[in-house]
Amino acid sequence: MIDNISLLTLAPILNVQLILDGLFIGAIFALAAYGLALVWGVMNVKNLAQGEFVIMGGYFAWYMGSLGIHPIFALPVAVIVMFGFGWIVYVVIISRVVGKDMFTSLLATFGLAIVIQQALNLAFGPEVQIAESGFGTGSFFDGNVTIAYIKLVSFAICCLLAILVVLFMKKSRMGQAIRATSQDARAAKVMGIDTEKVYAFTYGLNAAICGAAGVMISMIWVIQPFYGVPHSIRSFVIVVAAGLGNLPGVIAAALGLGVAEQYGGFVFGAELQQATVVGLLLVVLIWRQLQMRRQRQAVQ
Amino acid sequence: MTFTRIEIVAIAGLLLVGIFGPILFPAYTFQIAVLWLMILFAQTWDAMGGQMGYNSLGNIFFFGVGMYICSVTQIGLFYDVGVYTAAFGADDAKFTDTQYFLGLAAGLLFAGFGSALIAALIGWTVFGLRGPYFAIGTLGIALAAGELLGAWEWVGGGGGIALPVYPGSGDGKSNFFYILCFLSAVATFVFLKWLFSTRFGLAVNAIRDDEDKAEAMGVHTLRHKTVAWSVSAFFLGISGGLFGNMTGFIEPLEVAFPTITFGIFMVAMSLLGGTGTLWGPVLGAILFHVIKETTWTYFLGWQWIALGVIIIVNIVFFQQGIMGWLKEKRPAWFGIEVEEAEVERAS
Repeated sequence: MIDNISLLTLAPILNVQLILDGLFIGAIFALAAYGLALVWGVMNVKNLAQGEFVIMGGYFAWYMGSLGIHPIFALPVAVIVMFGFGWIVYVVIISRVVGKDMFTSLLATFGLAIVIQQALNLAFGPEVQIAESGFGTGSFFDGNVTIAYIKLVSFAICCLLAILVVLFMKKSRMGQAIRATSQDARAAKVMGIDTEKVYAFTYGLNAAICGAAGVMISMIWVIQPFYGVPHSIRSFVIVVAAGLGNLPGVIAAALGLGVAEQYGGFVFGAELQQATVVGLLLVVLIWRQLQMRRQRQAVQ
Repeated sequence: MTFTRIEIVAIAGLLLVGIFGPILFPAYTFQIAVLWLMILFAQTWDAMGGQMGYNSLGNIFFFGVGMYICSVTQIGLFYDVGVYTAAFGADDAKFTDTQYFLGLAAGLLFAGFGSALIAALIGWTVFGLRGPYFAIGTLGIALAAGELLGAWEWVGGGGGIALPVYPGSGDGKSNFFYILCFLSAVATFVFLKWLFSTRFGLAVNAIRDDEDKAEAMGVHTLRHKTVAWSVSAFFLGISGGLFGNMTGFIEPLEVAFPTITFGIFMVAMSLLGGTGTLWGPVLGAILFHVIKETTWTYFLGWQWIALGVIIIVNIVFFQQGIMGWLKEKRPAWFGIEVEEAEVERAS
């Protein structure tokens, strides 16, 4: 462990590699985390099936890749199909959970997560899969830093999607309705907004965003039916750290998490990369609690 | 502690099953032993989740901690643990009968008290978290513990530990651990029944109903929460030590910290039976175990999907659980008197 740290100081160029990898992967985390923050903020549902939606999106890319179609074309397919899937899930399950106590939504979506994991496992088998993009790899700084071009492409797509989502939320009528509902669902209802439809749309939008994130994950990283849980935890870390309805915060926290995870994997060894994520979750929760304790004292 | 007539019948029935079950069906001794552990799981979870309103998703942490403390004690009393785990139990590490039973007794004792101590230690941080944050935080603790123990070579890392072999026949072993599992489940039930008939139970229920008001009324909430969690951890730790010895081999992810199997089962069982009641978890655990074993046997491959669907249906459509449903339909069984006029108005 000490060796790895001293290696980082001796060869600073390695930091560049770690930071770049972290930023590329963090941009994808930001998408999934934004979806979680959206659902959480609008209908107060903690979606523990977030990571499973991501993995589902990834399997679209992988499946189309195995059919001989370039996986990047899976993006629109995944977005549309996942939107419909999210809508159906909302109508069948989530609509009955909205407004109940918070643990209910957590556990119901956990059950959903188990079902999705196992269905993917039955359909595609437990192997670790990767969607081959066929793009090359470029090396920089005398070959010390290597970047697969697909990571640049996915980073660009992430930025584009983020801009599209923001524009949608700001400009479109539905986006405005979603924001109004999240501010005050009752007032929105009085103003003639069909909140039930808004909720369904929000959940569908969340699933679609996750699906898009999954397409990218399958191209620059790996997917496997049971890899959804770490993604869910990442989304929670990011949202808890950034707070709800704080898009710049979500992006910053996601990029930070991506970088922190790369460093954790490098310093402690790859087998502890997941432990780093979970450890960060605990750190964020404790930090948040200390902050709240100070707040409570201030009130006293 | 007072018992109603139905309770006495139920207790008598359970004791009969407990005593004559393995005699009549010796092939299912292990399964019935696991059933007792499941009842213990559900009860200890409900002492937190149902009675106190702190829904933990990571109570399985103490199961794993107890399992590891017990195993390390059993081995460490007589051998160097690092050497033993490195050799994977294959060298000439032999345990005499006295060593085995002494180690097991000490291990189970340490497992219980060690888990309770750890619960008290992490309690003061974790109990600042409320609602979903508590659930996610505890889930994180259980997941992190599995990952970290997997990287700790001294206790065998991801490869796990092969525990000392029971001195005696296979039947003797399964009967011995069956009795221990049965006794620990009974002890848990009796202890919780007593605990929740005291002032402590009232205070804990007050925390569930409104924590801020309870605090304002002078209930020391943190102390009550910590004690309730330590009680859960104590029994879970002992059950972990027992389960580790029953399987004879432990490893961090699948056996010691099975977050998405046992960890979720205990929540699902309590919810199925009805949270916040003493009998709900017991009923839920029995029903769940039977359903689980049936689906495992007849729908192999689909059992997990069935499990997820059970959880969703349970939480979405049947949230009050069996006990809540019974309370609505047969209030007289719970000593609740309903006036005739009220019944007519309701129907």
